[in-house]
Amino acid sequence: MVSPVAWSFDSLSFGMSEALQIIDPSGKKVGSAPRLKKEALLAMYRAMVRTRAFDDRCMKLQRTGKIGFSVPNKGIEATSVGAAAALDITTDWVAPHYRDFGIPIFHGVQSVEMMDNMFGNVDDSAVGRQMPVHFSFDRPLKYLSISSPLGTQIPQAVGVAMAMKRQKELGICLTTFGDGSTNTLGFHSGMNFAGVYGAPVVFLCQNNGWAISCPVEKQTASEGFAVKGEAYGIPGVTVDGNDVLAVYRVVSEAIKRARAGEGPTLIEAVTFRMGGHSTSDDPSKYVDPQEFVEWEGRCPIRRFRAYLTSEGKMAEEEADAIKVEAEAEMMAAAKEAEAKPVPSLDTIFTDVYAEVPPHLHAQSDFAIGHYSSRGEGVNEKGEFPL
Amino acid sequence: MVQAVNDGLKSIMREDDSVLVLGEDVGPKGGVFLATEGLTSEFGEDRCFDTPLSEDGIIGVGVGLAMNGMKPVCEIQFQDFIFPAFDQIVSEAAKMRYRSGGQYTVPMVIRTPYGGGIRGGLYHSQSGEAYFAHTAGLKVVVPSTPYDAKGLLISSILDPDPVIFLEPKALYRAFREDIPEGMYTVDLSTTRDVLPGDDAVIFCYGAMVPVATEAARRIKESRNKDARVVDLRTLMPLDEDAVLQAARDCGRIVIVQEAPRFCGYGSELSAMIAEHAVEYLEAPIKRVTGFDTPFPNTLENYYLPDARRVTDAVEEVLDF
Ligand SMILES: Cc1ncc(C[n+]2csc(CCOP(=O)(O)OP(=O)(O)O)c2C)c(N)n1
Ligand SMILES: [Mg+2]
Repeated sequence: MVSPVAWSFDSLSFGMSEALQIIDPSGKKVGSAPRLKKEALLAMYRAMVRTRAFDDRCMKLQRTGKIGFSVPNKGIEATSVGAAAALDITTDWVAPHYRDFGIPIFHGVQSVEMMDNMFGNVDDSAVGRQMPVHFSFDRPLKYLSISSPLGTQIPQAVGVAMAMKRQKELGICLTTFGDGSTNTLGFHSGMNFAGVYGAPVVFLCQNNGWAISCPVEKQTASEGFAVKGEAYGIPGVTVDGNDVLAVYRVVSEAIKRARAGEGPTLIEAVTFRMGGHSTSDDPSKYVDPQEFVEWEGRCPIRRFRAYLTSEGKMAEEEADAIKVEAEAEMMAAAKEAEAKPVPSLDTIFTDVYAEVPPHLHAQSDFAIGHYSSRGEGVNEKGEFPL
Repeated sequence: MVQAVNDGLKSIMREDDSVLVLGEDVGPKGGVFLATEGLTSEFGEDRCFDTPLSEDGIIGVGVGLAMNGMKPVCEIQFQDFIFPAFDQIVSEAAKMRYRSGGQYTVPMVIRTPYGGGIRGGLYHSQSGEAYFAHTAGLKVVVPSTPYDAKGLLISSILDPDPVIFLEPKALYRAFREDIPEGMYTVDLSTTRDVLPGDDAVIFCYGAMVPVATEAARRIKESRNKDARVVDLRTLMPLDEDAVLQAARDCGRIVIVQEAPRFCGYGSELSAMIAEHAVEYLEAPIKRVTGFDTPFPNTLENYYLPDARRVTDAVEEVLDF
């Protein structure tokens, strides 16, 4: 990957194919770093490490049968956290992809709240209705409820942003999605509408090389994804997705443009899915193991750590302590969430409409009567294949 | 059952090289449920290929392939993700023969896993058969055994019209059954009596067949009554004569579906029986269904009809 040192948005060209890089894989500074205070840099580092720890914990929970499913986030930490750090959550919204644990983690959603979703327990903000990793938060940031049908969040982000514009708010909407999701109707409608209406949206495509078992070459014949902005009149940029400062920089610039009324930007963050698609997937069937070895060498966390320590912003001991703390935090969060009960039976029937209509009242009464009289337990078995 | 689907695909692909398989992850991975495992290695990338992540593309391209001499078998990874292709299915595939006066036809099969039972929450659990059965021009087939899965799939692929082939994912690995090797068919628009009986009849399909069968066994044990269990197998076009005959023979009727109740497939069945066989009824028709809500995750086993709910319903019609 090449790194144009004097990169700035002014030099942005449509479909720029070299990825912006600020820190190289060894942690050396090769581009102009954004001016960030030490605390801000450490907050980013900590969020990346906590994201990894949350991910690891979820994988373990799934393997030991405590939760049904998870989606590995290993490798995406820099993209998620770099983008998160560029947001002003007092005004900005996120319409997220499922592989984005780092955004809520960076912005102070409590790890136990996220674990509540992984267990689908009584405190889960999705009320145990969704599968794990389908978060929905409305504080401290607007992090829209994640859908399984891919790409649906993309035009929604445009609508959210258009409403901001109409209400003369200064906010923007960041929407994230995978490379595979650029094939959906939602991506194309969203890009087109955003272009036409000049909506304050930032489109962040996480190009992690794969859509389940389909490599990027089977997804598109175009040179990467940033170029897809051109047809919609939207500038596209490519960034090294494993370089948290580069992601931060590019997303910040795109947000600045959006806030200034200059319209949307499409960003392609080039990264790699460091594992299976999900806990149900075995990537050894289709990913060349050498690829994992290569990308391990570009690990976003190791890279940022090397940078911070060599720049004297963080001591090695401090980095070690952050890791130990993060792992303990996630283990405790999992314990706490696991101990909570499941949602009550009536939650099947609430939130379908603002008011529970008569036929659902009747069905709810039936269900409660039927199951409470029998005392039949929930069979927790069932393996998720995808 | 998933192996029977795989075997069905292999059997017909060996006989007929116009049969093509396309969909997300159907190639080297063999599909997320492994229904297409080994197809790409045996038949090559030309005949079983991964597509970009676009259901609209998969079905739209399938319609084109079908109009020009191919027999595409499109896989939609989960029935819940079929909706981006709804336009191609409902507006195009279903109506092509009609609007071209038979000049262009769409001999296509859309295979897709449906239904609950895997802790898949809102979007990996739905049962959308009513949308498709409601659309003129589509056939809708739902197997419940490995034998039927293979035979009905081959019949669907040979059928001149578009077929929505709904595979109950809860039964993919539920039980083993020896099935014949090579090509065989099970006729579309025929029902199957799972258990004989004429004290009551339970109409069911897909993943609800074992549930209904278990309920009938419990009724036999507790009441010594024989509830006939009829697996509908093809929802559209339905074997109406068989359904009405069973209704007349038994007079007490329970219909089981895991889909929501309102405007579900069971609504049509009960209307049909009420219109044509009301004079034979000994009790009001009873439906056991999913609730009229989205599909929950943690509480999925309370949402899905189980043998107890069905047993209760059979007792109610017997006691009426
Ligand atoms: C409309 C739709 N089709 C299919 C799926 C099944 N599915 C879930 S994730 C996935 C691949 C997504 O790839 P990508 O967008 O690159 O995201 P990644 O998983 O790589 O982060 C597929 C096909 C789905 N969820 N929604
Ligand atoms: Mg991807």
